[in-house]
Amino acid sequence: MDGSTLASATAESTGELAEVRPVSAAQEAWRRFRRHKLAVASAAILIFMVLAVLFGPLLWRVPINDVDFTAHLEGPCAAHPLGTDDLGQDLLARMLYGGRISLAVGLAAMLVGVVVGTVVGAVAGISRGLIDTGLMWLTNLFLSLPQLPLLLLIIYLFRDSLKKVVGPEAGAFILIVIVVGGLRWMTVARLVRAQFLSLREKEFVEAARALGASKFRQAVHHILPNALGPVIVTGSIDVANAIIAESTLSFLGLGFPSDIPTWGRLLYEGKDYLDSAPHWALFAGAAIFVTVLSINFIGDGLRDMLDPRRVL
Amino acid sequence: MTKYLVRRLSTAVPSILGISIVLFIILALAPGDPFADLATNPNVPPEVRTALHAKFGLDDPIPERYVHWLVAMLQGDWGFSFVSRVNVSTLILQRLPTTLLVLGLSQVLALMIALPVGVGTAIKPYSFFDQVASTFAFVGFSLPTFFTGLLFILVFSIHLNWLPFIYRSDLDVTGWRWYWEEFRQAFMPIAVLGLYQGASWTRYIRSAVLDVIRLDYVTTARAKGLREPAVMIKHVLRNALIPIVTLVALEMPAIFGGAIVTEQIFRVPGIGSLLISSILANDTPVIMSITFVFSCLVVLFNLIADLLYGWLDPRVSYS
Amino acid sequence: MREDEIRELVTQVRAGSLSRRAFIGKMMLFGLTAPIASQILNASGVPSSGWKSDYKPTRRGGGGPLRTLLWQGPTLLNPHFAVGQKDQIGSRIFYEPLAVHDPEGNLVPILAAEIPSLENGGLAPDGRWVIWKLKQGVQWHDGEPFTADDCVFNWEYARNPETAAVTIAPYQDIAVEKIDSYAVKITFPKPKPYWSSVFVTDWGMLIPKHLFKDFTGSKSREAPTNLHPVGTGPYKFVDFVPGDIVRGEINLNYHVENRPYFDSIEIKGGGDAVSAARAVLQTGEFDYAWNLLVEEEIIRKLEINGKGRVVSVIGADIEHIEFNFADPWTEVDGERASLKSKHPLLSDGAVREALHLLVDRGSVEKFIYGRGGIATANFLNAPEQFCSKANTWEFSIEKANQVLEAAGWVRGSDGVRAKDGKKLKLVFQTSTSAPRQKTQAIIKQACQKAGIEVELKSIAPSVYFSSDVANPDTFMHFFADLEMFTETADPDPETLMQLFLSSKMATKANKWQGRNRCRWRDEEYDRMYREAESELDPVKRAALFIGMNDLLVKERAVIPVVRRSDVGAFTSSIKATLSPWEGPFWLLHDWYRAPAA
Repeated sequence: MDGSTLASATAESTGELAEVRPVSAAQEAWRRFRRHKLAVASAAILIFMVLAVLFGPLLWRVPINDVDFTAHLEGPCAAHPLGTDDLGQDLLARMLYGGRISLAVGLAAMLVGVVVGTVVGAVAGISRGLIDTGLMWLTNLFLSLPQLPLLLLIIYLFRDSLKKVVGPEAGAFILIVIVVGGLRWMTVARLVRAQFLSLREKEFVEAARALGASKFRQAVHHILPNALGPVIVTGSIDVANAIIAESTLSFLGLGFPSDIPTWGRLLYEGKDYLDSAPHWALFAGAAIFVTVLSINFIGDGLRDMLDPRRVL
Repeated sequence: MTKYLVRRLSTAVPSILGISIVLFIILALAPGDPFADLATNPNVPPEVRTALHAKFGLDDPIPERYVHWLVAMLQGDWGFSFVSRVNVSTLILQRLPTTLLVLGLSQVLALMIALPVGVGTAIKPYSFFDQVASTFAFVGFSLPTFFTGLLFILVFSIHLNWLPFIYRSDLDVTGWRWYWEEFRQAFMPIAVLGLYQGASWTRYIRSAVLDVIRLDYVTTARAKGLREPAVMIKHVLRNALIPIVTLVALEMPAIFGGAIVTEQIFRVPGIGSLLISSILANDTPVIMSITFVFSCLVVLFNLIADLLYGWLDPRVSYS
Repeated sequence: MREDEIRELVTQVRAGSLSRRAFIGKMMLFGLTAPIASQILNASGVPSSGWKSDYKPTRRGGGGPLRTLLWQGPTLLNPHFAVGQKDQIGSRIFYEPLAVHDPEGNLVPILAAEIPSLENGGLAPDGRWVIWKLKQGVQWHDGEPFTADDCVFNWEYARNPETAAVTIAPYQDIAVEKIDSYAVKITFPKPKPYWSSVFVTDWGMLIPKHLFKDFTGSKSREAPTNLHPVGTGPYKFVDFVPGDIVRGEINLNYHVENRPYFDSIEIKGGGDAVSAARAVLQTGEFDYAWNLLVEEEIIRKLEINGKGRVVSVIGADIEHIEFNFADPWTEVDGERASLKSKHPLLSDGAVREALHLLVDRGSVEKFIYGRGGIATANFLNAPEQFCSKANTWEFSIEKANQVLEAAGWVRGSDGVRAKDGKKLKLVFQTSTSAPRQKTQAIIKQACQKAGIEVELKSIAPSVYFSSDVANPDTFMHFFADLEMFTETADPDPETLMQLFLSSKMATKANKWQGRNRCRWRDEEYDRMYREAESELDPVKRAALFIGMNDLLVKERAVIPVVRRSDVGAFTSSIKATLSPWEGPFWLLHDWYRAPAA
């Protein structure tokens, strides 16, 4: 189980016994992250994607909604590197523009879900009795909620007031992040709680308790780093789910206006043309896939970075 | 343990009641009209719609409606669909066998894929097998089911013409032929769902097994001369199972809730498609009954999971 | 077109120098429907040459199963409660009306022995009554005979407000009495030109008295026959799973000889339109798919196989954009879009004219709806192949720019035109559906080029079309500047033209139930409508409706976009015809399969 002592170290790099320069914990963590090559590569890719969607539209100035029926459903070509859709709109421009929203929604919703879920799961896991029961009742409630009526209700109630305060696009963004992220935290909460339940009985936690650590310190410093495995997996899965969920929302008219080409929406619009113009859906699908992949490897790297036990 | 069980069971009932109140309020407040289709039709005077509203008690105050519903539910009357004027219990029972078949089998398929692949990739992380399997897993869950479903249809039904893509719950053949036809039509929806689910479960299982496999006692077990399968099952898996049990328990109620998108694409008449069409039509009695059963299943399976934690890891205590 | 012009054309038809078909075509140019044009000819004594069914099989049954796909599955099987066309189609397998309209708009008898007319004494000369003679020897599926009692019962059942039947409208103000076992007389309170609104088409399907008589009024929903229909139709009930399947088997006692051809019928529901098209045209799993609202590009590719054919029939349904003549953004006495307010931008005729020029109907037809929508300039329909004389539409961004400039709308620094400090910004709402969103996108772009800024809004259909009083997003509230959707129309234009009647305004007082949602008022229009309501002479009446349509077009009171047609797909071996005035199963008993020739 997590937290037990490691397999005995095999005779590793010796010869460094003489010179050991002191390094801070942060530097040590960064070094561990760097050793994980895939994580570094993924971080680079993600940063590139973020930069592309932020600055790309400044470089590639083709408008996203230039309806041009003569260029209807063209494959990739010089004028349109990613092809066009059925109204002749340039897909590269649409993907760059929509990518801002998709990436933002995906990452933000994932963070909301993961953070809320971890907090709830940790608190439930470390406490007993009423708090645990109460939080689990809440989790069960959210798990039972039918998402669609809830979405309709929340958006109906809050869309106009948010629109007045922050404007239509930002309002829609906030609503979607809350709604999509807010309905994803339950899995993380249950998983984290399960980890806590078994970890808190372990010797090292008992030791920490004996040394006078408060419950908070036990949870955050000792148990949580060991419980992060499922959280990271969920993180990457949730990004994909959030991006797709946003597109499902726009089909119901909740969410961003229909002319905003988020990746999920491009995927949905292009699905009927898979046998005639596959480029439409495939590029959007590929973008989501790459995002998911990079988040996952970054997560792996993060886990190695934070986990002092160096399982890998 | 029994004390815990008794305590949990006794709180289960009020907790389900509490959930049902919240569900009811949400449904009552959500916008939308069961009789929306009548709006664009010039032949239907508005008085008909107001009459229908009054008849189904849609104008009564919410607490009154909730009490009506609760009392009826306790007597076994699950209500009457606004849209099709059929008993809700009939509607659900009509679709239950198909749902259990297609969704149940897909979960089984998912587990059958995820366990060996997840464990296999964890044994040798970053090996070729791991890279390939993980890539497939990532592709699997970053593409939504409507997309993979369509891809399957294009390949298997349209190009190869091997499989029908419209699910018929009323196959009029018998005997061996029935099994064969059922297999042919259920293959794609089960595969689509199973692969999607299996992809994410593979990652979870890999992560859970990785947490365990390098630990002290595993090496000890091997050193003691235990054969690899025994090591894997008795020591590694048993300890890695806690997150897996959590996940499976979370997914069990979903079998009842159905897979909305896949059911729509393949026209599988499951409870998921009933739920979504009721939601879009604002058929509140149907939505309420389905979500209520769903919430009971959620509470039940999470209780089972909690009990299993205690069995899997004797150190877990609840007091 | 004036009355005397119409009479001249009728004379030509009678003389034989103008074919019936061409006459109907010309009438449609001016916004009349085929049944009305037919009515004109019939009333003038021109015999209907008519469309004939080409049913070939010489015996009943033996045709195997007929498999059909409705991507919205029927959810109930009592025609008086049908919500949407899907339920009517499901019921139509088992139930039948007295008569139906063929593709030319003429009535074809089903349960009636013959069509009432002046000659056979079925129609009153003063338009106050009609006598239907019923077919004899017709049996319900359980063996009971079909008689006039059943007709009278249906009238009582539907007109009772406690039954809350959706078919109530035509039955409300009339009196139906039994003359003898096989004849009923319908009496109207005022002379009614549109006498065929009762007991005809899918709205006039008849249910059996002996099974429903104990379940009228408030008990109507409890009838077991609601779920196990017993009708007179070509197929008997077998099974029903709401939203999923409806199954029927051959009715061996069907009242037309040698029919039906198929031994069983199945309606499978669910899914979406594109996969339904694929199931018929690519894999051949199903024989017929209904309402294929699919982009032209996709359908064309599917047709190439040659495994099936796509049929589209065009009725009077009109996809249009309404202007809000009231102001939805200011509250007057606590009401938005109140009649006391005037829209600051859309009251200017130049703005409306510009918007008219900015809707690229050609591209909408070509690239979005395909055969599912034909571009039109008339609110009261017009087919494209008979162009020239009618009102025309035009798409011109330069002209729109000119019109706006001339009216004093000057471009600001942000490219948006303004006048007297008011910017040309409009909110355009519609329901969520792929073709509608695409249409919105095209219009928005064209408007941008003309200096009009358009904000698009799309609302879930169950919310948009709901009658929820508190919800501001419904199409009835119309709290936006422009809204777009399809208005379904009868063969007779009377109900469709109510949309612009000032007595039908949608206001807070009547909970926005009035059908005049655009809050438009015109005295001349009201006068013409009142006259047309009681005008018996079909020629005069036609001229009045044409005049109303022309008024709407001239005043730019509405933007017609496309005429919506019903698109269905058949496998090549199925022989069946679709009629634009009816659901697809209007003549179900005449469907048969012949090896592809």
